[in-house]
Amino acid sequence: MSIERYSYDVVVIGAGGAGLRAAVEAREAGFKVAIICKSLFGKAHTVMAEGGIAAAMGNANSSDNWQVHFRDTMRGGKFLNNWRMAELHAKESPERVWELEMWGALFDRTKEGKISQRNFGGHEYPRLAHVGDRTGLELIRTMQQRIVALQQQDGKNNGDMESHIRVFAEVTITDVLVENGKAAGVYGYRREDGSEILFEAGAVVLATGGIGKSFKVTSNSWEGTGDGHALALRAGGKLIDMEFVQFHPTGMVWPPSVRGILVTESVRGDGGVLTNSEGRRFMFDYIPEVFKDKYADTEAEADRWYKDQANNRRPPELLPRDEVARAINSEVKAGRGSPHGGVFLDVSKRLPAEEIKRRLPSMWHQFKELADVDITEQPMEVGPTCHYVMGGVQVEPDTAAAVGLQGLFAAGEVAGGMHGSNRLGGNSLSDLLVFGRRAGMGAVAYLKGNAAKPTLSEGTIKRAQERLNEPFTNTGGENPYTIHQELQQTTNDLVGIIRTKKELEESLEKLAKFRERIKNVSVSGGREFNPGFHLALDLENMLLVSECMARSALTREESRGGHTREDFPKMDSKWRQVNNVSSVEGASVKCVQERAKMLPDELAGLFEKSELAKYFTEDELAGVKGGSN
Amino acid sequence: MARPIKLRIWRGNKDGGDFHTVTVDANEGEVVLDVIHRVQATQLPDLAVRWNCKAGKCGSCSMEINGKPRLACMTRMNSFEEGETITVTPLRAFPVIRDLVTDVSFNYKKAMEIPAYAPPANLKPGEARMEQIDVERSQEFRKCIECFLCQDTCHVIRDHEENKKSFAGPRFFIRIAELDMHPLDTLRNRKQTAQENHGLGMCNITKCCTEVCPEHIRITDNAIIPMKERVVDVKYDPVRWLGSKIRKREDIS
Repeated sequence: MSIERYSYDVVVIGAGGAGLRAAVEAREAGFKVAIICKSLFGKAHTVMAEGGIAAAMGNANSSDNWQVHFRDTMRGGKFLNNWRMAELHAKESPERVWELEMWGALFDRTKEGKISQRNFGGHEYPRLAHVGDRTGLELIRTMQQRIVALQQQDGKNNGDMESHIRVFAEVTITDVLVENGKAAGVYGYRREDGSEILFEAGAVVLATGGIGKSFKVTSNSWEGTGDGHALALRAGGKLIDMEFVQFHPTGMVWPPSVRGILVTESVRGDGGVLTNSEGRRFMFDYIPEVFKDKYADTEAEADRWYKDQANNRRPPELLPRDEVARAINSEVKAGRGSPHGGVFLDVSKRLPAEEIKRRLPSMWHQFKELADVDITEQPMEVGPTCHYVMGGVQVEPDTAAAVGLQGLFAAGEVAGGMHGSNRLGGNSLSDLLVFGRRAGMGAVAYLKGNAAKPTLSEGTIKRAQERLNEPFTNTGGENPYTIHQELQQTTNDLVGIIRTKKELEESLEKLAKFRERIKNVSVSGGREFNPGFHLALDLENMLLVSECMARSALTREESRGGHTREDFPKMDSKWRQVNNVSSVEGASVKCVQERAKMLPDELAGLFEKSELAKYFTEDELAGVKGGSN
Repeated sequence: MARPIKLRIWRGNKDGGDFHTVTVDANEGEVVLDVIHRVQATQLPDLAVRWNCKAGKCGSCSMEINGKPRLACMTRMNSFEEGETITVTPLRAFPVIRDLVTDVSFNYKKAMEIPAYAPPANLKPGEARMEQIDVERSQEFRKCIECFLCQDTCHVIRDHEENKKSFAGPRFFIRIAELDMHPLDTLRNRKQTAQENHGLGMCNITKCCTEVCPEHIRITDNAIIPMKERVVDVKYDPVRWLGSKIRKREDIS
């Protein structure tokens, strides 16, 4: 079969916020860019982001600035974050939001006509720029329209709208191709007609999003199968801290068909309270030691905070997501859950019906149409859902260059480090733009320094071709859907929100068996728009990612952020110094420990020493200055 | 709780196809997309269907259910009569790729023809000031999830392939209206180009698009009619017509 062959300077895999921002940056520098979408253009998972985009613009509270945002991000991630990424993110987010506005985004406004900012868990000030509860849609549409605007400029200048950016929709990439230790292109197939497609490229940007589809209960769409994570591993890249998986505390739990679908954190930001079957606001019972001074310990104070934030502490419903998810999990386990195994989330008593519909229109719509619940009158039933992976491709913070393979870059959810052990709500959309742009800049700088595009050898292409066709060479093997369901159940049960050594070991044994079974998956039909065939390809990625998660989780003997070990329930400062780094050797996943880089004095100085003492070892503490904030 | 239901699925490709009837279980609270997924997992592993978010936010799973353009993820099984056979077919206005999946590239081509947002040349990032009330009109149109159900139902193109060349469709009329009503957009004549280049005049406001919009955007009342009215004002108002000829003033805001 013939191969459709293209040549570009940069190939961006993924058309969510990060991929599109990277593409814009490379095109602005004059390079030719191919954008590869797994689905149709504009359907990426970014569209599901609801609450907002975090940026310290200071529109709602002028005390906000990048330093405060940086501090919140490090606290949220329990200080495991790559500090340089957290610093760049906090500094550059406001510019990225304003840039969106210049490209046509229409955010909700403050009374002065500036971009409105709302409260969210873990953020000290109202910081999330938003459009009702459909901010992700605004971001993806604005980026999509920015791409079109640039294509229109190219059309005017070159007579060809696709001279510098071309979008390849419904194309799946199965391999990043490597020649002489450098990324040299990508290989995949076009879903529409099943044809094989090859891109030669000097630089490859991974922006493929997350891994949620490895779990049974997830807010992720079918696309979240860890493609970029697996592509990077197979091409020689590394993943860091894959044990940190965010279970968003509030997913829908009923009816079963919508289990896992996200209920935005804005419900709590706008005054929603969590109660158990006894009617108790249980979050007051779960304020961890490190946050005791920042959260209200009485309902009266928590309620006053909505009106007067200067003189009251925040309600504990707005603790970082890992804390709230664990609390809900404990309540349900203790038999105090709602009828369908969640807890109650109620905003109807805080806000008038019209205000709820204005601020949370898609939540109102979603519950009304899918669960017959009117959230302006009734509480919602919610429980944890796998939402986001903090771990990901190990990158250089300034350039988003992947460690381990020249010419490969990664941005957005697929990249690791930025969020440490737990991501704050709203920090994802800003991450996409800040590091999407930096990945584009990184690719541009790399191309300028490496003028000769690597040539692809026939052998490399042939190997990719064989891998793509493997599912068709088996006959009479297992159905990919069955294996997928069992894999999801395994990760949910054994690598889920609460973990133990015994269960993690069991998960690794089971995953090894899945590896054997996957070799025999067989599919029927042809390659043309065949979801069964596609799932067979995805399975391998999900399995590889699950192995990295389980192995890292087994290694880390402490509880921190999105990694909770029942057998090691405390946070341990010694583990704060450690990044778990996964790589693939032959057919097996290897996990080694690397020492995390220490916070430099000027950033450590943004925290009081007493706070640093909660996270740092005594030796580390002796070496840092610490300041007052 | 599971009850068996009959699903009649159109299967085929651009060369033709036929209905395939299956019996499949439906559980409490499920939507049509859940049932289609069950058919995929247990009976027809290569059944082609598009979907992404399964929460009515991405607009991927557009199809026709009992002849009506719908999102499969937002169509609940309990909205059908007990024992009713449910028929699912691909969107009729677009060429079939396979089974329930159609080639919607028409829409992406039209999107490329709409002139982009044009902010004032001297506006600096972070300095834009707009009132909430002024952005709300455009925000309504920006709720669009690009499911293209409005395009599918619009009779100007539903059975008239020949009109596609000169007609952008309701999705892009709200895009033009959104830019036209954007407080800071500086490009003039958006309404007029809608009329002259994008086929606004071909719409005869039967409101079919508004009826199928899963986001409940008032496409006809809030976007199409206001634009049509302004275009007509200028075209048929003799004083303004004369004015536009004499002063070469074309904008009709």
